[in-house]
Amino acid sequence: MIKVEGLTRTYGAFTAVDDVSFECQPGRVTGFLGPNGAGKTTTMRIMVGLTPPSRGSVTIGGHRYADIPNPGRHVGVLLDASAQHGGRTGREILTLGARTMGLPMSRVDEMLELVSLTPAESKRRLRNYSLGMKQRLGIAHALLGDPSVLILDEPANGLDPAGIRWMRGLLKGYADRGGAVLLSSHLLHEVELIADEMILIGNGRIVAQGDKQTLLREEKPSSLVTSLDNGRLGEALTQAGFGVSRAGEGLRVECPPVEVGRVALQAGVVLVDLRTGSRGLEDLFLQLTADTQREQAPGAQPAPPTQPMQPVQNQGAAR
Amino acid sequence: MSATAPVAPRTIDISNTAPIPFTRLIGVEFRKSYDTRAGFWLLATIGILVTLAETIVTIVGITQDDADLNFGNFVQVAAFLTAVLLPVLGILLVTGEWGQRTAMVTFSLEPRRSRVIGAKYVVGLVLTLVTALVAVVVGAVCNAVLGLATGGADWTFGWSIFIGFLLLQSIAMTTGFALAALLLNTPAAIVVFFALTYVVPTILAIASVFLDWFEDFSHYIDFQRAQQPLADLSLNTGSEWAQLLVSGAIWLGIPLVLGLRRILSAEVK
Repeated sequence: MIKVEGLTRTYGAFTAVDDVSFECQPGRVTGFLGPNGAGKTTTMRIMVGLTPPSRGSVTIGGHRYADIPNPGRHVGVLLDASAQHGGRTGREILTLGARTMGLPMSRVDEMLELVSLTPAESKRRLRNYSLGMKQRLGIAHALLGDPSVLILDEPANGLDPAGIRWMRGLLKGYADRGGAVLLSSHLLHEVELIADEMILIGNGRIVAQGDKQTLLREEKPSSLVTSLDNGRLGEALTQAGFGVSRAGEGLRVECPPVEVGRVALQAGVVLVDLRTGSRGLEDLFLQLTADTQREQAPGAQPAPPTQPMQPVQNQGAAR
Repeated sequence: MSATAPVAPRTIDISNTAPIPFTRLIGVEFRKSYDTRAGFWLLATIGILVTLAETIVTIVGITQDDADLNFGNFVQVAAFLTAVLLPVLGILLVTGEWGQRTAMVTFSLEPRRSRVIGAKYVVGLVLTLVTALVAVVVGAVCNAVLGLATGGADWTFGWSIFIGFLLLQSIAMTTGFALAALLLNTPAAIVVFFALTYVVPTILAIASVFLDWFEDFSHYIDFQRAQQPLADLSLNTGSEWAQLLVSGAIWLGIPLVLGLRRILSAEVK
């Protein structure tokens, strides 16, 4: 539904978006993940024509955004929930949108109800809204025209846990009815549960993409082991050609647990604890974007000599 | 999970979607001009000040026997005020979208930005016309009151003055609009507008006094002076036309073209 091809945007010497290509499928939620300043917002702004690209192209449903007549009826956009006039009421903001798109005013009430903004709240001026309320209003605005594509930039920002759960259900239902959703976030856990597909971006480049299983499959196997003689076990494992590092009471080994067991058996070391050291998406996310992080998250990399994760090479398969 | 999902179309059928009609854009932009406090009170202020000023003129006419007022005078009083307020209206129509960043939403809903800007300009012209009509209606009421009080109103009203009033106010509004498009910042546009309107003519006049050769030349760059014959549509000679067009191109045309180019191509943040 959304097709991004070779998208690049430079500002002088700085490249905000660097040769980004991906596709969002109808009926699926695509999560667009990356640390702050990775290029998510710029990419989304280019999609809807607010920022001209330096190179590359974006089509939505086969059309350039600028070629879609009355685009609000086809593509719902929420780029910044605060980018509304603070002096207008929530209801007035939706009314302006509905009028522009040529929708009946009943649609405004429907959308207010959908995002659980009460009639009293809808009559308050936007500057008196909390960020969570602004996000709800922004989602209502994006859904006004009953679009088949949703482009949402950090929609969960400012929502409380209940709000995030509500949004998850809303977007899931929307995708199940055949809609395509692209939503960005800098927090993995916000999108992990709803995204069918994930695109990881760092420093303007896509570092990995695929569904959760595909992404995790790319992670190199590792094991956590504790034994009665960690020193001897470590030596044996190193001799066997596996990377070993200290992790808490025990060792982290760059191989599946079965190999550790085999080496331990040969070395005659008694194991106390042996389990998989897979660290899930959160670490994968942090590793993939490690060189692009503003600061290193403490504890994110438990052991120094871990090899950098290999970027997913399935860009073709994702299509 | 994708293998079992129903195959949804990957293209959007846009053949049944009509573009947003221009009249609808005008309607929305008109609504935006009064649905905020700043917008509402600017329009209200224009109405209130025009009424207030014309009331004062009426009181002067009633109490001073030698005032000798006619209907046209009321319109001229209004023009004095609206020449200050309508440019601010023109500025706010444009910069309102940038100060609060609503341009992001506006241009997402209508990516053909020129249509949005066109709709805003039409709203500016309509509000200028409404202002002129309010001035005339209030002036008519005041003149009638004056007539009742003094025993006979002078209904002399030059249509050329009314048309001239409309033209001058539209030019003032357009100049504000152009500067706003160029600067995209409310205070800066207001300051620059009043500098151009009140400071530049003074500087040009002073320069003309000291430099003989400059005087003829200054007539071609003094936009305010060149507009004066428009007030009663007495723009007759070719040189007056040339002065209006040249100075208009400098102070209105260039900012407008550069400003429109900026809005149409700029990144909207």
